[in-house]
Amino acid sequence: MADLTTDFLGITSPNPFWLASAPPTDKEYNVRRAFEAGWGGVVWKTLGSEGPPVVNVNGPRYGAVWGADRRLLGLNNIELITDRDLFTNLEEITRVKKDYPDRALIVSLMVPCDEASWKAILPLVEETGADGIELNFGCPHGMAERGMGSAVGQVPEYITMVTEWCKTYYSKPVIVKLTPNITDIRHPARAAHAGKCDAVSLINTINSITSVNLDMLCPEPMIDGKGTHGGYCGPAVKPIALNMVAEIARDPDTRGLPISAIGGVTTWRDAAEFMVMGAGNVQVCTAAMTYGFKVVQEMISGLSQWMDEKGYAATSDFIGKGVPNVTDWQYLNLNYVTKARINQDDCIKCGRCFAACEDTSHQAIAMSDDRTFTVIEEECVACNLCVNVCPVEGCIDMVELDKGAVDPRTGETVGDYANWTTHPNNPSKVAAE
Amino acid sequence: MSNSQTTPGIVPARLPGEQIARNFADLHAPYDAHEARVAADRCYFCHDAPCMTACPTSIDIPLFIRQIATGTPEAAARTIFEQNILGGMCARVCPTETLCEEACVREAAEGKPVEIGRLQRHATDALMARNVHPFTRAEPTGKTVAVVGAGPAGLACAHRLAMKGHDVTLYDMRAKPGGLNEFGIAAYKSTDNFAQAEVDWLLRIGGITLETGKGLGQGLDLNDLQQAFDAVFLGIGLAGVNALRAEGEDMGGVSNAVDFIAELRQSADLTGLPVGRNVVVIGGGMTAVDAAVQSRLLGAETVTIAYRRGQSRMGASTFEQDLAASKGVRIMANVRPVAVHGAGAAAEIELEYTTEEGDRLVGTGETLRLRADQVFKAIGQTLEGAPEGIQIEGGKIKVWDAGRTSLPGVWAGGDCAGGGEDLTVTAVAEGRDAAEDIHKVLMG
Ligand SMILES: Cc1cc2nc3c(=O)[nH]c(=O)nc-3n(C[C@H](O)[C@H](O)[C@H](O)COP(=O)(O)OP(=O)(O)OC[C@H]3O[C@@H](n4cnc5c(N)ncnc54)[C@H](O)[C@@H]3O)c2cc1C
Ligand SMILES: Cc1cc2nc3c(=O)[nH]c(=O)nc-3n(C[C@H](O)[C@H](O)[C@H](O)COP(=O)(O)O)c2cc1C
Ligand code: SF4
Ligand code: SF4
Ligand code: SF4
Repeated sequence: MADLTTDFLGITSPNPFWLASAPPTDKEYNVRRAFEAGWGGVVWKTLGSEGPPVVNVNGPRYGAVWGADRRLLGLNNIELITDRDLFTNLEEITRVKKDYPDRALIVSLMVPCDEASWKAILPLVEETGADGIELNFGCPHGMAERGMGSAVGQVPEYITMVTEWCKTYYSKPVIVKLTPNITDIRHPARAAHAGKCDAVSLINTINSITSVNLDMLCPEPMIDGKGTHGGYCGPAVKPIALNMVAEIARDPDTRGLPISAIGGVTTWRDAAEFMVMGAGNVQVCTAAMTYGFKVVQEMISGLSQWMDEKGYAATSDFIGKGVPNVTDWQYLNLNYVTKARINQDDCIKCGRCFAACEDTSHQAIAMSDDRTFTVIEEECVACNLCVNVCPVEGCIDMVELDKGAVDPRTGETVGDYANWTTHPNNPSKVAAE
Repeated sequence: MSNSQTTPGIVPARLPGEQIARNFADLHAPYDAHEARVAADRCYFCHDAPCMTACPTSIDIPLFIRQIATGTPEAAARTIFEQNILGGMCARVCPTETLCEEACVREAAEGKPVEIGRLQRHATDALMARNVHPFTRAEPTGKTVAVVGAGPAGLACAHRLAMKGHDVTLYDMRAKPGGLNEFGIAAYKSTDNFAQAEVDWLLRIGGITLETGKGLGQGLDLNDLQQAFDAVFLGIGLAGVNALRAEGEDMGGVSNAVDFIAELRQSADLTGLPVGRNVVVIGGGMTAVDAAVQSRLLGAETVTIAYRRGQSRMGASTFEQDLAASKGVRIMANVRPVAVHGAGAAAEIELEYTTEEGDRLVGTGETLRLRADQVFKAIGQTLEGAPEGIQIEGGKIKVWDAGRTSLPGVWAGGDCAGGGEDLTVTAVAEGRDAAEDIHKVLMG
């Protein structure tokens, strides 16, 4: 069986599945049970400075988006960092790390953006024996208004500065957790890199309003007739996180910078995808909050089955292996020509492909009186919409035209690789050699 | 009095009251809101949906299901009622397995169609529970129409005409409206007095005067109606029954299945309804199945359906046959009744095996006898009371286009008229379409 052991920044854990800093990791009781359930590591719920802890709202703090059978697709929260005393947390962390030396235990931190605050807390964390720290530059609500969380994460200079302080006053790995609430994720990642961080982790939650109560005309979750934006997470955010991870992984400025991927990891497959896109491990929050700690068992068994099937002996065999396949649009091969083909034996004649293509695409599907649906190759631009709306998996194939074949739509012969940079329609094309 | 399933003869209360009540509960329990949304989510919102084509009233099924999925079952109900004002009853009684659900692409794909009937019930129940009628009448036209027969065909016709602004008088020879919805449909399909509640709700459109206890040949004459009204619609169903033509048919214990069912539907307390210990039902259609199943549910010890041809030719759908089997009804195919034996009252039925030579049914000469203290005849209903001079074809009133008969100003629809299957939903479609045609003719 495949070996799931993961070495991330020299911190080994029996598998790449860590719990993200959030309610599941808020206290000793949870973390012990998470380790017993099989989680490879945890990032402890974010700690703040010494003194009276923050307070949370006392009404609902989560909102959600569901599928038809109440499958939780997206979760939104207006929770703050830990509302428990700093020293209680530190004592618990010390005890847990001692009892679980083989698991990763990272401490998440968020203190005011001044050197003294960081200088004060870092030695306390060092004493716990935890394996590293994660700087929470991500929380989009509550803390940002106080100049912390995403308020720092949105200013690259601050990121560099705080990261440098941490590298100065703390000896173990420093992970910088990024907020997705920016326009280009590469800038904060470069800033963290400049501050000599050991890794970045992303994404934290996305600014969101999940729903509006149509009786009260108020965003939800609703606190006494008012609502506020919260942080979005869960399956719905995975595509956004995946792109951000890939962008950092392939950015020449940050290439090789270790990444801990977070955002919508719900199954082993999500984890494998993030790791192929360059993540050294993954962190999970919503899936654990939805299904409990036991979900990790499926993640472990699924990942090892896939690794066995692919012949990967260790996670390092596939981490980042897909990054070279992420490119810019302009380098995509314009001579790769495909046509949709409907497999009549699988087709159940629902007509969705027809409605989609006829009404909103290229009028490339014909419908006969007896409801036979066929692709008109002269019209098909291979957009893939029919594949995506067809309820039967595998019913519509995208068939590649051979080199030398004539595309019946354009009348042009399929040639060798050629992209936009050399295309005649491109005003700034580079002359072909 | 303590009867049991094995008490000889035809007696009431073979089962305890609670069990009878349980036996006659809803065949398909209603969905709750969550179940409905999950069921609705299975619909693919097909283009030019095949289910819709298969519905005799052409309800926009993908649209109404999507309206349920988005939390507006009342809007879904409106979509349904626009096409089929008896959408509530149809949701309960339509043999969906041979109509919309058979055509559903998910039936083809995985043998598990979207449960259109139950979803339709969810929507219509939601709107009817609000106790509102969703339609209003158009400006009065001053035209009057007589609708004869207050079954599904007549009700649908009357409603559509009233909606168009015409004044309708709705006659029925029975004391209660509803037709077979009230007197025929199996009790476990129409629970809680739904048929009457639905008629009351339907009449709230206004403009319909109901006259019960009056029928053609029962105080009414077609000529008079033609004189007094601008148009006449006949929805008189099939009031007669076929004879068995077997020896001993007149013996005590032998009766028409439809009469038994009507009595069952009208009885306030089913524990008071007598049923035989050994019941044999002759026939192979929906009526045979309903009589057989309900006999079992009342506590008959053995119930047998005796059908003269091969089982695949039975009129009852596979679903209905399976339902009968699941309730412990035995289906015997290829047997036909020869005689009922007994001293005054039925005790046994003698059946002869049959084979089919081509399309011709021939007895093999071999017979068998089954115990039978009660025998129900369910071998088909016939047209009765059709007015003089109207053209009949194949035992039904001949109709052209949207229900026009051979007599000017007279339309017909439902079971009494030719064309279409004898189903509630077909009757509704024909009544509605005749109303549209009458409207067109009257408004010229
Ligand atoms: C036992 C049984 C079970 C059935 N189960 C189902 C089922 O599960 N699903 C389904 O879709 N269909 C079922 N059907 C068929 C369905 O009930 C009929 O197709 C439908 O009721 C026909 O409607 P209609 O309006 O044409 O006739 P009817 O419902 O028969 O209504 C005719 C009305 O006309 C009245 N009438 C008759 N003669 C006269 C007259 N001379 N003057 C005035 N009024 C008159 C009658 O009293 C009656 O009210 C069943 C039928 C039977 C007999
Ligand atoms: C209720 C809740 C509280 C959270 N609190 C923190 C926190 O204190 N510190 C932090 O870095 N991230 C916090 N997060 C963000 C998660 O760690 C994680 O980045 C995010 O939920 C995306 O991962 P997921 O899709 O697996 O949930 C919180 C998330 C939730 C749902
Ligand atoms: S790929 Fe796009 S254009 Fe081609 S048939 Fe499908 S939907 Fe139409
Ligand atoms: S969407 Fe798929 S199943 Fe439906 S008609 Fe098109 S090819 Fe067939
Ligand atoms: S055929 Fe089935 S899936 Fe398609 S619209 Fe009708 S109910 Fe929905």
